[in-house]
Amino acid sequence: MSQAHDNHAIDHHEDHHHHKDTFITKYIFSIDHKMIAKQYLLTGIFMGIIGVGMSLLFRLQLAWPEQSFKVFSFFLGEKMAPGGVMTNEAYLSLITIHGTIMVFFVLTAALSGTFSNLLIPLQLGARDMASGFLNMISYWLFFLSSVVMVSSLFIESGPASAGWTIYPPLSALPQAIAGSGLGMTLWLVSMAIFIAASLMGSLNYIVTVINLRTKGMSLTRMPLTIWAFFVTAVIGVISFPVLLSAALLLIMDRSFGTSFFLSDIYLAGEVLNYQGGSPVLFEHLFWFLGHPEVYIILLPALGITSEVIATNARKPIFGYRAMIMSILAIAFLSTIVWGHHMFVSGMNPFLGSVFTFTTLLIAIPSAVKAFNYITTLWKGNLQLNPAMLFSIGLVSTFITGGLTGIILGDSTLDINVHDTYFVVAHFHLVMGISALYGMFAGIYHWYPKMFGRMLNKTLGYVHFWVTAVCAYGVFFPMHFIGMAGLPRRYYENTNFPLFDDLQNVNVVITVFALIGGAFQLVFIYNFFVSIFYGKKTVQNPWRSNTLEWTAPIEHIHGNWPGEIPEVYRWPYDYSKPGHDEDFVPQNVPMKPGEEVLHH
Amino acid sequence: MTGLLVLLVLVLLAVALWQLTKIFDLTQVGNTSGNTQVADDNDNKVNGYLLFGFLGFIYVITIYCFVYYGKLPLMDNAASVHGKSVDRLMWISMGLIFTVQIITQALLHYFGFKYRGKTGQVATYFSDNNKLEFIWSSIPAIVLAVLIFFGLYSWTDIMFVNEKVEKPIVIEIYGQQFKWTARYSGKDNVLGKANVRLIEGVNALGVDLADPNAQDDIVTDEIHIPKGTKVLFKLRSQDVLHSMYMPHFRAQMNCVPGMVTQFAFTPSMTTTEMRETKEMTEKVANINKIREEKSKELVADGKTALDPYTFDYLLLCNKICGASHYNMQMKVVVDTPEDYAKWLNGKTTLVQSVKNAAADAAKAKGGEANSVKTDSATGKKDTTVVAVAEATMNTKK
Repeated sequence: MSQAHDNHAIDHHEDHHHHKDTFITKYIFSIDHKMIAKQYLLTGIFMGIIGVGMSLLFRLQLAWPEQSFKVFSFFLGEKMAPGGVMTNEAYLSLITIHGTIMVFFVLTAALSGTFSNLLIPLQLGARDMASGFLNMISYWLFFLSSVVMVSSLFIESGPASAGWTIYPPLSALPQAIAGSGLGMTLWLVSMAIFIAASLMGSLNYIVTVINLRTKGMSLTRMPLTIWAFFVTAVIGVISFPVLLSAALLLIMDRSFGTSFFLSDIYLAGEVLNYQGGSPVLFEHLFWFLGHPEVYIILLPALGITSEVIATNARKPIFGYRAMIMSILAIAFLSTIVWGHHMFVSGMNPFLGSVFTFTTLLIAIPSAVKAFNYITTLWKGNLQLNPAMLFSIGLVSTFITGGLTGIILGDSTLDINVHDTYFVVAHFHLVMGISALYGMFAGIYHWYPKMFGRMLNKTLGYVHFWVTAVCAYGVFFPMHFIGMAGLPRRYYENTNFPLFDDLQNVNVVITVFALIGGAFQLVFIYNFFVSIFYGKKTVQNPWRSNTLEWTAPIEHIHGNWPGEIPEVYRWPYDYSKPGHDEDFVPQNVPMKPGEEVLHH
Repeated sequence: MTGLLVLLVLVLLAVALWQLTKIFDLTQVGNTSGNTQVADDNDNKVNGYLLFGFLGFIYVITIYCFVYYGKLPLMDNAASVHGKSVDRLMWISMGLIFTVQIITQALLHYFGFKYRGKTGQVATYFSDNNKLEFIWSSIPAIVLAVLIFFGLYSWTDIMFVNEKVEKPIVIEIYGQQFKWTARYSGKDNVLGKANVRLIEGVNALGVDLADPNAQDDIVTDEIHIPKGTKVLFKLRSQDVLHSMYMPHFRAQMNCVPGMVTQFAFTPSMTTTEMRETKEMTEKVANINKIREEKSKELVADGKTALDPYTFDYLLLCNKICGASHYNMQMKVVVDTPEDYAKWLNGKTTLVQSVKNAAADAAKAKGGEANSVKTDSATGKKDTTVVAVAEATMNTKK
């Protein structure tokens, strides 16, 4: 890098670096995006352990209903599991908090929070986020909301238990279920704080992407990761405020006697004083966020996958512009399909027709993405690193889970599989597992950037292969019990002799879940041990083109010690003819006479 | 002791992992690349083969599920007229997605295997091709257009009911924590007005007893419907959201407090006919085999054995509605029109029941008029106050 003479701006950053950071400003109230990314990741892993752990507990109950387990006594205590047998209310609490934590705290906050924070400045060539302070506040609000959510697990009346979709009146009335008392209050408070955190983060990402790109980094030279994070932030800003207002209205209904969502209710022997509200209104408001939320979760994972697949295939991502167009199309369509969660909610059936139409349209950009990934692999020189395997795994589960969306999105077919295990199988594969794979791919790929050390690849391979087998083992058979008419959110299925023949399938699912869950410990071990004892990394271990690998391994404020690198080409010049190496970083100027070969 | 064992296993596992990584590191000593944790040719080879093997795994699990669990799905044998068209669409969609699934997974994993990295291998610089993009956006578009067309045609057919022309039998299904009740509209085929504010004693559905249309309404805790006649279900809920789910009829609709929702279908097979179908006799035989085995265990433990199962249509609750959501069910019987008429004629109207209850109460003045009966569904492990409240308002039928 050339030594510029007029570098007073840079000197300023250098000075900044030499200021003595105290422990608190460096590790706790840090305004450095790289540190904030790590904070998000660590909090996310912690929440992930809780969320996944809960699912293992209720899987035990589903496979062996009303059996006594020592783990139940240990984790749930005498009140939620008297004599080691999980109660039906404890079951509902577990599924509710599992859903909430996985959807919001792990796959929204930790996934976007980690990788948007880490990569947006580094891949765009910016010194930091547009507002480091807002970024810090965003993380700490997220942390606070996590604390509130976790604390709701320890209260007398139990945590929220109306399902993660918290439909009123069940979620509004403590008389209807014990979890709708203080537990639901804490849930709503936690989510309100969470949304504030998410909005601050999203605004910061948007502003940074628009304003702080380095010289030469035009929109069509941005890596697809940045495109995905940017569009995700835009969807978040559009849809999260609607959930906030729904939560506030629900708080009003619960605590201040309004009737936004409640009407004509007779409960516990008395008529409640609510008139004129509609639970269907809440469903509309909830899913106006809830559906875009799926893409808030998925798009960053797809962005990460695009980058990881191109780098490891040593090939340009196929159809860069088509990828951008499909991200934009998905983002647009995602805001007008929410009604497909409500085909049988009692809304006008004509709306069902409209939402079927818009929903099935989403399959088109999704198909484009899947085919583009497959074509990127074609005639590549695939470096099958753990990150690459997780990316290929993502494409696989994205296809498997996405295809069943064609059935659920069709209102006629949804009538019979709505709210059955078919739905559970569908969304766990298409957004749960896919997004989790995206997150793992990101962690394996950018771990050297975050911690300066490498994750152990052998453990990475073990982690991937066991997870991949178990994910299919858990969710593939689930489609069939769903098609047999088994409703989700049932504490046990033994009250219906009709479903007795599904019980052995449930045992198979649980065994896969337990094995898959246990092997996540391999990852946890690898992650934490490698922070201290991992192999030291070289600057650009994956021989990647993007700018983050031009920054030094050692983290410094302002990311680059000298000038910010300038960008001369798109990020996917892998194996370009006429170059010695099979990668040409974005900051390498075009050779005289070199042609742009992509469109 | 178990705890100690688990701890020991965990410790050993950790040691094993640590040893594995150590051994692995030692094998890398001679490697000069300096970056040992990046995939080398050997890793690419092993994982390339594993990817190919994983394709086999996906196929195996698919075939296994179809062979062993393929009998579970309700994808044919629908017991309603519209159910046949739902099932046909389901088969078409299933055929389509399985074709796509098999081909795309094959391409994905085969490419992963075929183009695994080798030193000296050079990837092809192939960045875009508009013709390809056009092909794979237009093919899904055309296929989906066809699916949307068929889907919407059936949807409109199912959901829009012209009451004047089709003259369906009107029946109310009433949901509450955690039971279902049905109300027949009687001879006039019009349900009397109702509101939760009118709930009192025997009139547990809050029917307006002064309404002329309510005079012949009949309240039952079991649904009987006649084969071959369209039935229009009007759905109400008293407390929280419930969902009327009758999987065999391909019927589902939420019950929403504060509004009336509806779903209509024509049953096409009586309960007896359904029991006699080949699929159902096989299914029931299988279930009874499972129940017998379970009974043996139960008897060995000194508990009572399970009853043998005979098939009945069911109405399940399919929207989370509280602690005992998992056991909120009602029996549905499809009769021949004659049996249906006979069954309905034997029932007393709600107005009559209210009068009888009042007479009983007058007779037993000062005594305890209402016998308290606990609901079977709420008797178990309920910690909410609901169960208690419900028991007090529940009255003899």
